[in-house]
Amino acid sequence: MRQLHKFHGGVHPPTHKEESTRTPIAQAAIPSKLVIPLHQHVGNRAVPVVQVGERVLKGQIIGRPDGRLSSAVHASTSGTVSAIEMQVVAHHSGLPDLCVTLIPDGKDEWIAHSGVDYKQTPHTELRHILRQAGIVGLGGAVFPSDMKSYSNKHKIKTLVLNGAECEPYITCDDLLMRERAADILRGAEVLRELLYAEEVLIGIEDNKPEAIAAMRQAVQDDKHQFMEVIAVPTLYPGGGAKQLIRVLTGIEVAAGVRSTEMGTQCFNVATAYCVWRAITFGEPLLSRIVTVTGNVDRPQNYEVLLGTPVSELVKQAGNKPDTNRHIMGGPMMGVDLPSGAVGVTKATNCIIEASPALFPPPPPALPCIRCTRCADVCPADLQPQELYWFAKARDFGKTQEYSLFDCIECGACAYVCPSQIPLVQYYRFAKSEIWQREQEHQAAEIARERHEFRVLRLEREKQEKAERLAQKERAAVAAKPVAPTPAPALADPNADPDDTLQMRIDAAVARAKEQVAATEPPKNTDALTPQQQAEIAEIEARRAKFHEIASHAGADDESPKQS
Amino acid sequence: MWSSPFITTPSSVSQIMLRVLIALIPGIALYVWYFGPAILVSIALASITALATEAVMLKLRQRPLKPFLTDNSALITGWLLALSIPALAPWWLVVVGTAFGIAVAKHLYGGLGNNPFNPAMVGYAVLIVSFPAHMTHWLTPHPLGDIVLTFSEQMNYMFNGVLPAGLTLDALTMATPLDTLKTQLHLGLAANDIRDMPIYGRLAGKGSEMVSIGFAIGGLYLIYTRVINWLIPAVFLGALFVISGTFHLLDPVHYVTPMFHWFAGAAMLGAFFIYTDPVGGATTFKGRIIYASGAALITYLIRAFGGFPDGIAFAALLMNICVPLIDIWTQPRVFGKKGGGK
Repeated sequence: MRQLHKFHGGVHPPTHKEESTRTPIAQAAIPSKLVIPLHQHVGNRAVPVVQVGERVLKGQIIGRPDGRLSSAVHASTSGTVSAIEMQVVAHHSGLPDLCVTLIPDGKDEWIAHSGVDYKQTPHTELRHILRQAGIVGLGGAVFPSDMKSYSNKHKIKTLVLNGAECEPYITCDDLLMRERAADILRGAEVLRELLYAEEVLIGIEDNKPEAIAAMRQAVQDDKHQFMEVIAVPTLYPGGGAKQLIRVLTGIEVAAGVRSTEMGTQCFNVATAYCVWRAITFGEPLLSRIVTVTGNVDRPQNYEVLLGTPVSELVKQAGNKPDTNRHIMGGPMMGVDLPSGAVGVTKATNCIIEASPALFPPPPPALPCIRCTRCADVCPADLQPQELYWFAKARDFGKTQEYSLFDCIECGACAYVCPSQIPLVQYYRFAKSEIWQREQEHQAAEIARERHEFRVLRLEREKQEKAERLAQKERAAVAAKPVAPTPAPALADPNADPDDTLQMRIDAAVARAKEQVAATEPPKNTDALTPQQQAEIAEIEARRAKFHEIASHAGADDESPKQS
Repeated sequence: MWSSPFITTPSSVSQIMLRVLIALIPGIALYVWYFGPAILVSIALASITALATEAVMLKLRQRPLKPFLTDNSALITGWLLALSIPALAPWWLVVVGTAFGIAVAKHLYGGLGNNPFNPAMVGYAVLIVSFPAHMTHWLTPHPLGDIVLTFSEQMNYMFNGVLPAGLTLDALTMATPLDTLKTQLHLGLAANDIRDMPIYGRLAGKGSEMVSIGFAIGGLYLIYTRVINWLIPAVFLGALFVISGTFHLLDPVHYVTPMFHWFAGAAMLGAFFIYTDPVGGATTFKGRIIYASGAALITYLIRAFGGFPDGIAFAALLMNICVPLIDIWTQPRVFGKKGGGK
């Protein structure tokens, strides 16, 4: 029996998983139109490569990856592109993004595609296939899988396959594991090879006995010798990558540290499944399993074409009239969708139809009484009550001192708060304010550099002008050496003309310098409190981290082949 | 748009506070059993004063009345104060203490959740400093008293200051067991001999020791229902035991047993109901250990060497002062940052 580890805190919200697990995965109907966002992944938005009015085939690339950290986007079925425009998308920002609208022709006609034998294919080629197939993390983080499937300099011991699915209501991974365990494990084997990992630990919360049994059976049937299916205790947020890695391996991956540095990598089970389909059959990511539950007649899992409007999807499960909102994801970390017209994306694991009866609005918040129930349940060992206090006071430096950016926004704190304070909202607010400040700081830095450059340039020009003038005068003096006519220009005829010139030049330089000194704004880095200095140091450190990640990203990847 | 999480537990501040009130009932019941119903009048007075003061202050601060009047926190302040002062006292004593605690210690600092000091303990401190004479007349428990006042006689004293003909206050009340101990030790008696006096029972003071047991039972209920964390009561009682035990072992003639310290005075009330007040208390694991053991040390020092008979209230206030520093010092390490590494 494997020794499991614990993470701090956690909560046990009602799971509500039974409702949607009674029937197998159903194929959702092809909708009347598909709204396919070109930005369904972490990284750069895909660049549209189709025209309005163009007929596209199922599996055809409609958005090519742009830059290293990006992924392809495909036509989920055959049809005609009717628009490429900004539309509201299923994202927590609530902001519109570029989408391709596709009117299906109902033929569902595939583009020519074929797979490869992964054992005979170089790793760079495999990663290229994943990138072109638009494979991203389907657990919700949608990080491009090709970027996660190399070990770089680090030795990867453990590949963690995440089938925990700890959020209430969501059962898409559960059903996928029950029905398609073999392909999930084959995909995991491909990922293991790519990472040179020694073992694959498959973590599944123990409230999914059918999935555990199916996966164990598949491990046996296919004789996967490096794999182990492990039932982990049901405890939210045990399905968070960091928490699951901790539970299975005892390793704690701190915020800002890549898990590969600690010798582990984590993929969602659905991602592994899509990896297998992409490599072996050449099928890009065109659909995903979505749990449709909540205020519907028939809660169920559907295999849904990406881009299917949420309202058309929920209709198939029998949506009820008192539904007042659609939640994408679970009730703990999900997103209140701006509209039912948004298309299902690669991040859409679940649609919860919400009604006031099912999700009553919280009562008005009372003041924090520092009871620390939030700290007791925080899986990141933070002090949410202190973070709340500082965020509310807009003391953002202090929030960073108290490790705001280690918060994974799991919502456990707000879930238990007896004062019903929307704690996570405060943390999101503080984070966005800090990002904003950082951007402003960067912009100011650029502006300052520009300004300094301009001042320098002006000074240089002045100096050059003065020198040119001096030269001219010198030339003039030299031109008339023998005709000492009274020179009104020279104040002192006895003075050496060269001296005067030198004085003029010096004066011009001094003036220019004075101007520089006068116009240079006081540096905002002068006279800082230690706290502000620490803040800046931290921001710098994080920026350095981002740069590092960016420079490592795809270090052994081929340069993107784009045609 | 609404943002996640979309679900919360049904717990509320009002429910937590209500549980605390419920947990006080066993102690209060035993109080009534041993000392008569006067305490119930004190509690009623304190409750009315607390709610009235709360309402006035909320009005002055232009805050909504309903959510704060129903959060039950003012009632706890009132009840704790009523239980900390003598039951047979002029009616205005408990009223002044409660009103001061709620108006000054709570609302002038920002109301619920913002008071650095425990309002009930501030009220107590004001009373013991301002009206020391009234604070020393504790009712004699029934098993000891020759004379037992009827309820109406008690009321008559509380509201009119009139005792039945021929009776003096001294005949009805006595010093607390802790006070008696201190006085007798000063007079040169040995701790053992003092303990043989009739006012002492098996553990500490007759009657009051049973009330302490009642509070301990209520406290265990609070731990069981997870309203309070076990840490602070455990550390406080543990530290008090160790400190008083050490002195007792070294010099049993002058220092009484740890058991006596546990069950005398307000130790149990403090352990489960006062130091566990979250608002002014430490919030981290290590911080709570420091907070509770500091409170135990101060309580013991005041009891054994100080000028006041009991030290629970002053220990609470003194440790409340230290909380911000303790919390800053004892921040736990964050996930993944072992040994302070980044």
